[in-house]
Amino acid sequence: MSRRGKDWLFHGIMAPLSLLWVAPMIFVVFIAFRPFDDITRRGLTALPAGFTLDGFRTALGSGGMGQAMWVSIQVTVPAVILSLLLASMAAFALSRYEIPFRRTILLTMLAGNLLPPQILLIPVSKITESLGVYDTVYGLIAIHIGFGMGFYTFVLYGFMRSIPNEITEAARIDGAGPAHTYARIIMPLCRPALAALAALATTWIFNDLIWSLAVLQSQSKLPVTAALLNLQGGFVSNWNVVAAGSILAAIPTAIVFFAFQRHFVSGLLMGSSK
Amino acid sequence: MTSAATTTSRPAAPRRRVPTRRQVPWPVWGFLLLPAAIEVGLVFWPALNSFYLSFTQWGGVGPPEPVGIANYENLFADPVFHQALRNNVIWAVGFGGLSVVGGLILALALNRPRRGVGLYRSAIFLPMVFSLAVTGLFWRVQYQPDGTVNTSLGLLGLGDLERQWLADPDTALYAVLIAAVWRQVGYIMVLYLAGLKSCDPALQDASAVDGAGPWQRFRYVIWPQLRGVNTVVFAVTVIEAVRTFDIVWAMTGGGPYRSTELLSTYMFQQGFTFLNLGYASALAVVIFALAIVFIITYLVRATRQEVES
Repeated sequence: MSRRGKDWLFHGIMAPLSLLWVAPMIFVVFIAFRPFDDITRRGLTALPAGFTLDGFRTALGSGGMGQAMWVSIQVTVPAVILSLLLASMAAFALSRYEIPFRRTILLTMLAGNLLPPQILLIPVSKITESLGVYDTVYGLIAIHIGFGMGFYTFVLYGFMRSIPNEITEAARIDGAGPAHTYARIIMPLCRPALAALAALATTWIFNDLIWSLAVLQSQSKLPVTAALLNLQGGFVSNWNVVAAGSILAAIPTAIVFFAFQRHFVSGLLMGSSK
Repeated sequence: MTSAATTTSRPAAPRRRVPTRRQVPWPVWGFLLLPAAIEVGLVFWPALNSFYLSFTQWGGVGPPEPVGIANYENLFADPVFHQALRNNVIWAVGFGGLSVVGGLILALALNRPRRGVGLYRSAIFLPMVFSLAVTGLFWRVQYQPDGTVNTSLGLLGLGDLERQWLADPDTALYAVLIAAVWRQVGYIMVLYLAGLKSCDPALQDASAVDGAGPWQRFRYVIWPQLRGVNTVVFAVTVIEAVRTFDIVWAMTGGGPYRSTELLSTYMFQQGFTFLNLGYASALAVVIFALAIVFIITYLVRATRQEVES
């Protein structure tokens, strides 16, 4: 086949396939902007006859998505920052000093992240109760830090190992202590890895459902994903509200994806393949 | 380097460098021990507790009552457990098989730089950033009796196939599975794209010159070079399949008639709805036991990578 023909074949298959892939999303967007009456009268798949933001208004207001969005921000921002901070500290110690059994420590930390969350749910829920942080965002933040840290440490360790020893040796000889070396030399050099991990961690923590179900109870404290399921229960058959709610829940991570596409993808690859 | 040492007033003689490097300064222990303590307290200690709890009967109030292996005996006699286990096997095979084959084919198709490739990749990858709950809701809309799936079937003249996909015990599990695969394929594609990037193009060109067709080139040249990626993809997929919870919880909650019940949804229901904490812990231990081989596979791969670097 000619080169031209091959190109036609390629686009002839890929273009419809990609379109089919995004079709469910487009469909949900259409529903979210349709008036409720229009959906009940003409069915879900009819082309929109009107345009309204009522679905979004209801989802954000009485649907609780606005409140939930704020809770998710309160959880995600500190959890991402603190877990990357702690993981980078551990990675710094393991990658730059002759800590005994460092490979074992590293792999044990990574193993913690690979455990199925189910094996932790009940004890963790009880621990947050005994610490008095059950049903608070603090408990949820702590869990996200503990559960994610092993993976971030592993990735940052690999990255820090690739920084030449001469750089830190020079700093040490100039009299820089470990804290100084970490804050002024290693952390700035790790910026690409930290950006990638931050993008990844943001979507993981923002998208979490199981941990919030395990340690939160009050409706007003539910983060986005859990609130979305509540919304679905409360607005059965109000498909415009449910669709609007799920779009609202999808927007923040979609923004992270489009803004940090390269970082995001490299974050997914880190630690999984070479 | 040595000149830097001489400019400092402190007697940081290069001679002392070797012994001090072996000695870990005390602040560094703090750097390591704080994160490690948090992980031990929030991950490893609770995990060990789950094992202990699985040998007890506990409603959450008062101390847990040791009951030996009764929970496990009940578990193996429990028809719902059998159903969930069977569903989990179907899930692992279907979810793993479809997303791996699909992701690999897409990666091969979208590997070479070409006009439009970036757009196609983004389109297929985009669902990956949504939460599984969002994915679940997106697809619940499609599976409604008057949703896109049934409407499309009607338009294609396949009206006999129309049904209530999520309310029909025969189709519900597969309907949820399709939604999960829709989201997962992009991730697997990205992993394989990275793997293909590290394949040596000279080998392919050479085999093409030798007259190898596309299939032969894939089978004998590309596939062997993807071994490392395959290990990771396989391990990650099974670990994810065993812990799957969100999408089922969002789409069907395990119903209708337990037809989509997985070990994790059953565990959650037992633990957090019925407060059978001992029984739920036994289920959690089973989930762990199913995942552990693949967790070790992943760790072995990670060790090798670490040694190589």
